[in-house]
Amino acid sequence: MKKNIILRNEIGDFAENKDTAKRLRIGIIMPALLVGDEVIIDFEGISGATQSFIHALISDPIRDFKEVAFDKLVYKNANNDIREIISIVYRYMQESLVGNDSDQTGSER
Amino acid sequence: MTEKPSTGNISLMKIFLSNRGNLRNFKSFVESLDLSNPKRLEVTTHDKWVTVHPANLVIVAALAIQAGKENTEIIGHIPETGRYLDRMGLYELMNTPSPFAYQKKEEAGRFVPIKLINNSDDQSRFISDVIPLLHLSEKNALVVKYVIGELVRNVLEHSLARDGAVVAAQYYKKTNRVSIGICDTGIGIWKSMNTHWHPRNDIDAISLALTPGITGTTRKDGGTAENAGAGLFFIKSIAKITRNYFVIYSGSAQYTLLKHRKRIKGMPRLYADPMRDPHNKTNNSPSFQGTAVAVDISLDETPEFNDLLSSIGDFYDKAIRERKRAKYQQPKFI
Repeated sequence: MKKNIILRNEIGDFAENKDTAKRLRIGIIMPALLVGDEVIIDFEGISGATQSFIHALISDPIRDFKEVAFDKLVYKNANNDIREIISIVYRYMQESLVGNDSDQTGSER
Repeated sequence: MTEKPSTGNISLMKIFLSNRGNLRNFKSFVESLDLSNPKRLEVTTHDKWVTVHPANLVIVAALAIQAGKENTEIIGHIPETGRYLDRMGLYELMNTPSPFAYQKKEEAGRFVPIKLINNSDDQSRFISDVIPLLHLSEKNALVVKYVIGELVRNVLEHSLARDGAVVAAQYYKKTNRVSIGICDTGIGIWKSMNTHWHPRNDIDAISLALTPGITGTTRKDGGTAENAGAGLFFIKSIAKITRNYFVIYSGSAQYTLLKHRKRIKGMPRLYADPMRDPHNKTNNSPSFQGTAVAVDISLDETPEFNDLLSSIGDFYDKAIRERKRAKYQQPKFI
């Protein structure tokens, strides 16, 4: 199964609303990863994003699902700026996971 | 400089807007504040020329909103350049009618007048509808959206401010620079950091808030689902790389990142510890119940945003790695 998130339908052309990120994370991304579904996050029409937005969208999925998240989360139509921010979040989340216990989450779930 | 008019012994907040209101002089602006009674506010200006950075403007606006319009006034002779205060919307918040009359067409300019942002929907509307008032290229608008997006979000999430975030911005054609000021009258940085970090004082709290990977919401590596402790570090780094000032004022502390000198070639070096950056700081400023953050962005000095993010991101990773390594057990050698 695939879940498609078309961000332009959820936010304006700049992705900064962390409430929206949280809603998408809790409502779509986490449940989809839990059952092993692929999640395609489509950035078409989005000119930029804050690090905070991307962190709120994907840090918990990476922390909780690790390899499943790396395998099943796919980013579509992300411009270079957005790719850079996603890459930054991937790097520091993996860095923070090394040697950490799984109970070190701040998840609200 | 003209003398500040005196109001006798009545206890009130007094703010003097000088003819040197830029971030380079932010420290002296802060030191000149009298914040003794948050219930009344009196604003005076230099009598011949007034220059106001959005940082100073949003502090005045936030305190005026907190005091309530009926408890505020702008007194004394306001020079012609004080018209800017009107254009930026300050008179609308004060119990003093504007002495300036001008044609509507004069309002056209590249500035964002004082705006209040109370929630994330307000923030999204501000980003999409108001930032275009600066008439920036798509590339430059992106940097401004990023900076305002992160700073406003900090206010909404951490300040617990009743009145939300007060924001203003100005584009300066001559220097091709955008100046941004954001202020709240919430709990301040010390209280926000205290739950998990117990800073000794306000300047320690600011230092922690600027350190990569430290968030007021947890002590855990990687932060929480919502916070990583990256936002302010990224903004300070944008200011540093674009060779500009960045200031924070909260409680009794103010921190100013000084401009990286142009004669120093190459990209300015980033540091995890904000106290290693060229800066000035004080921890005995007039106590401000809230937080003000301001930044200048020189558009001529701004590299491709992608490169900017990449440089900051690489450094951020390194800082996180070093913080983790600092916790590792060390072998015992005898």
